[in-house]
Amino acid sequence: MKSSKGQKVSEVLSKINVKAFVESVLAILIGFLIGAIILLAFGYDPVDAYVALFKGGLASTDNIAVTLHYSTPLMLTALTFAIGARTGIFNIGAESSFYFGAIAAIAFTNIWGNLWFGLLMGMVLGALWALPAALLKVYRGVHEVISTIMLNWIGWYFVLWLIVGPYANPKNPIKTIKVPPSARLPLIGNTVLSWGFIIAVIASVSIYFILWHTTLGFSMRASGYNEKAARYGGINPKMAVLWSFLIGGMMSGLGGAMKIMGDYPGYAISQGGANIYGFGFDGIGVSLVGRNHPLGIILSAIFFGMLKAGTSSMQQTGVPLEIVRVIQGVIIITVAIPSLYDLIKKALGRGAA
Amino acid sequence: MDAGALMVILKNSLMAMVPIVLTSVGAAWSERAGVVSIGYEGILLASAFFGAIFAEITGHASIGLLGGLFVGALFGMLHGFLTVYLKGDHVIPGIGINLLAAGLVPFGIIAYWGTAGQHQLPFTLWHLKTRYGEFSPMILVTIAISIITWWVLFRTPLGLRVRAVGENPEAADALGINVEKYRFWSTVYGHALAGLGGAYMSVDWLGMVHKTMSGGRGFIALANMVFSNWNPLVSLIGGWLFGFFDALATWLAPKHLVPEQFIYMLPYIMTIIIVAGIIGKARPPKWSGKPYKRE
Repeated sequence: MKSSKGQKVSEVLSKINVKAFVESVLAILIGFLIGAIILLAFGYDPVDAYVALFKGGLASTDNIAVTLHYSTPLMLTALTFAIGARTGIFNIGAESSFYFGAIAAIAFTNIWGNLWFGLLMGMVLGALWALPAALLKVYRGVHEVISTIMLNWIGWYFVLWLIVGPYANPKNPIKTIKVPPSARLPLIGNTVLSWGFIIAVIASVSIYFILWHTTLGFSMRASGYNEKAARYGGINPKMAVLWSFLIGGMMSGLGGAMKIMGDYPGYAISQGGANIYGFGFDGIGVSLVGRNHPLGIILSAIFFGMLKAGTSSMQQTGVPLEIVRVIQGVIIITVAIPSLYDLIKKALGRGAA
Repeated sequence: MDAGALMVILKNSLMAMVPIVLTSVGAAWSERAGVVSIGYEGILLASAFFGAIFAEITGHASIGLLGGLFVGALFGMLHGFLTVYLKGDHVIPGIGINLLAAGLVPFGIIAYWGTAGQHQLPFTLWHLKTRYGEFSPMILVTIAISIITWWVLFRTPLGLRVRAVGENPEAADALGINVEKYRFWSTVYGHALAGLGGAYMSVDWLGMVHKTMSGGRGFIALANMVFSNWNPLVSLIGGWLFGFFDALATWLAPKHLVPEQFIYMLPYIMTIIIVAGIIGKARPPKWSGKPYKRE
């Protein structure tokens, strides 16, 4: 028998899904390729645009800090989608739970300026906003895609009203009131990166632990994999769905709260919600590229964070920033191609023969 | 509310129902054949954009409508290829299409017209002008498409085969029906109708392209499809109901009775209430959303 250490390393290596990793990287490459074709078609230079994009995300310590800063909320909204997907549901509701997490950070830290209280209330409000979709799914059979999308719109208008109404800043009409200094997430070193990033990584690892190493996680995954079999095994799929929505809502709520509490230097929501919009939708792509696995999501969130961080320097070359969303869309469509890896292998084999 | 205001709301509800009904009817046909898609939101947006380009290049709004139909069909082919032939997941491509459109349209508005966020069209489709406002001929076209689609789906051998491949593909296959072919072209038809609805929004109804103009209508249409129990004829009535809330919200918002944000929530709240109330009775086609592999 060989040393147990060597055995452990090979065990870990065997757990890494090479096929899934290659497929995600392929999807990313195809996304960039089609993005380049679209850029060319509209008369832009894709090489310049992409060089600026990657430089903006990676060129210096500050840029890397911005990348990690942007990856923080994406990691958490991606967890929402991943937890849903592992339970067999398409939870698109991360977007609006994120809004409620953000508004909770503003509302509750101004009552008690405590960091942990703000984070906790973000999680509570995020989970509460996810509850209607969970109840509609469990008791009325309403498809979660429809209910969560409708809740996203309702939540959007509600939070917009809170921004211009009760929480508007009388001194600064383009922002809400600020998170008090005592409840702000401390920054790491001399960068814009806050401790929120570390909390998001811890959250991802915790979700991994819950899903794969607890009874609750097992029952969630079992009912997602095969509801009938799970029920025979004594698992209540309704409870699994309910928990999936609640834990998912908590993650997005935490993401929203940390977005505002770690948002140097403003620590407030912009008028029109511009700095809290879109994280939930982007999180879906992050989760799919990370193969709906909490640890894969850490990597994939950093990648998508880099795209977000690089857009402003790409915009300076004259390319509209929305091209990044086009690339993300193509990546997701490519991820949806089943067994892409086998298809490519077969095609390459045919080419060689 | 006087009679004139009511007439205006009713007229607006007919105009607002068109994209929702067309999408619901298309989605109902596609799901009857067993293919689920949630990409209609993105298709409405993308064809509103491309329809406007087709219209401006040719100078005819009607060509813009056909262009939207064509773009919808292309997306349908993509979705059909992934789900029917490659047996992939039915929901994920739609998420991708929605995101793609949400990026492509604002990008395209800047890249093609050089304006940020929205573009005003120089002309729209011919409208019948009355004292209560303008009526689009597309209202009649939409009603006709609903009735014809219903008739073909429930009263002809073609419709029977389409429903068979969605309800029991094994039996259909045993009878010599080409399951994949019927599923694929049903998907194309469903998405093409959504494309027509999208182009209608830009070249006919609103006369502009805006980066968020689909406004959840693709998903409201799916809710309407469920509400109507996958029946195109009932979709027509349901779609009018959703159009009515849309028109009511637009009419109420400038009156400042309550903050306008609460008025804009109305169509989405009604959608949830209606779907929650009805869904116990609704039954989707048996093989909807599941790939069919020959044993």
